[in-house]
Amino acid sequence: MDGASLTAIALRQFRRSHVGRVGAALVATFLGLTALAPLLAPYDPVATDFTTVLAPPSWTHPFGTDDIGRDILSRVIHGSRVSLEAGLFTVAVALVVGLPLGLAAGFVGGRVDDLIMRAVEVILSFPTLVLALGITAILGPKLIHALFAIGVVFVPHFARLIRGQVLAVKENDFVAAATALGATDLRVVVLHVLPNCIAPLLVQSSFSISFAILTEAALSFLGLGTQPPTPSWGIMLSTARGYLEQAPWLGAFPGLAIFLTVLGFNLLGDGIRDALDPRLTL
Amino acid sequence: MVTLLGRRLLATIPLLFLVSLVVFALVHALPGDPAVLFLGEEADPETLARFRVRLGLDRPLVAQYAAWLGRALRGDLGRSLRTNQPVAEAILERLPVTLELLVAALSVSLAIAIPMGIVSAVKRNSGVDLVSTVFALVGFAMPGFWLGIILIYVFALLLRWLPPSGWVPLPASVPQNLLSLVLPAFTLGTALAALVTRQLRSGMLEVLRQDYVRTAQAKGLSERQVVGKHALKNALISVVTVVGLQLGGLLGNTIITETLFALPGVGRLMIDAIFSRDFFVVQGVILFLAVGYVLSNLLVDVLYSYLDPRIRLH
Repeated sequence: MDGASLTAIALRQFRRSHVGRVGAALVATFLGLTALAPLLAPYDPVATDFTTVLAPPSWTHPFGTDDIGRDILSRVIHGSRVSLEAGLFTVAVALVVGLPLGLAAGFVGGRVDDLIMRAVEVILSFPTLVLALGITAILGPKLIHALFAIGVVFVPHFARLIRGQVLAVKENDFVAAATALGATDLRVVVLHVLPNCIAPLLVQSSFSISFAILTEAALSFLGLGTQPPTPSWGIMLSTARGYLEQAPWLGAFPGLAIFLTVLGFNLLGDGIRDALDPRLTL
Repeated sequence: MVTLLGRRLLATIPLLFLVSLVVFALVHALPGDPAVLFLGEEADPETLARFRVRLGLDRPLVAQYAAWLGRALRGDLGRSLRTNQPVAEAILERLPVTLELLVAALSVSLAIAIPMGIVSAVKRNSGVDLVSTVFALVGFAMPGFWLGIILIYVFALLLRWLPPSGWVPLPASVPQNLLSLVLPAFTLGTALAALVTRQLRSGMLEVLRQDYVRTAQAKGLSERQVVGKHALKNALISVVTVVGLQLGGLLGNTIITETLFALPGVGRLMIDAIFSRDFFVVQGVILFLAVGYVLSNLLVDVLYSYLDPRIRLH
């Protein structure tokens, strides 16, 4: 130990992790694409051109064109925005609902804990995609409904994780000291318990974003998420199914985009987890 | 073991009750009129009113739930609004396809993961270990529907070895049935294979460090005996845990796989019902899959405590 702060140690550990670095690079590329989509995309992603229908990859259209002549590269670049929206929105929903529930269950305990954990158990009794599909089916096929549904199915995972952390953290002496000094429950939770839950939350969020991107793509692939003509990687793959023999490139690039983005967030999550694991850092 | 199963089953009953409540609430307690949800906004007020009375939607929610639950407990999940077929009958008709797909996907994933996991642990840091690590990373990040599309393109359209989609029932022709199952099983099973490979590798590495393994080696047993008889049995417990935890994902992904390969299973039934606004079928399938998931988790739990006596004792 060289007296560095825990954050500095974690950052140093993260920089040493090949897995984490590859993940961070992939995620940074993905974020760059979403931020600069209008500048990077060579064409309007929804503009049709019936003179270049199902054109193979070329200098003018590096990823080819689809069944109504739209440029696939531009649609893949703009599709990253839907995926980012899916990742961030669903994790936000899961955090906004799951975080207070987990804190309350862990800190208050007793009947509150029983009640919240029973509700969590009930939601976890549904296969994730089945519940997300059910909610989207009832609310109607729209991107926002799909994202809400994915967020709802994430809530129990966040609530359970936070509860576990709170149960471990609240046994520490510094929590007892804060209480003895007259700090209110809210102050103890916000200032002493919550900061100690950030590390596992970061890891969980990274994995959740990758899972949300996959689930949004799956719902859009089934026709229940993003609706045409908005470019979404899932919809592009759904279209590609019909033209596999004539135009295999239709599915190749959006599929690769989903794969690399999901891989990026998974590796980033692995890197953060390893960097924050005290057994590896000490 | 029977007592354990009975005890767990009893503990599951309240959970199943709450699950049924969520499924009912999904359709009936959400904002909006269920009659409009079922018949669409274009239905005229008279038709909507008749529909409400016919299905008891004009009664208090508690009464509706009690009646629905009572019927569901007797196996009556209502009738399809489109075909008038009983929902339970429609599910049972399609269940063999889904079960066959699940069993095939599970077999594929274990057939890949068990040898790969063992070899990568025993030959740690070797070429095989690297291949298994890459396979695990790729397999887990790859969307199943993209993998399915690639498999269809390569094995059905380019090589013409396997059918691109469709289903031949088992009684009609065993070889044709198995051929129609190969691509869907690989599509569904690859992600699980990736996870199990990693889990088995780390489980084996943990077990191979234990004293009893060293004792077995010191007794002069061959590597095959040490790995096969002593290490694998204990490492497999973690595989049961992973498979149990992933059952929900596997069940959910059958919906995508069945849609991609046009398999007439329960998942496809749900998707078709969603698009034709046949919400009794949607509700029935969700309830069926959730109950199936809870019960299969119960079985995994019991199997787990059978494999690991420490759990039984505590």
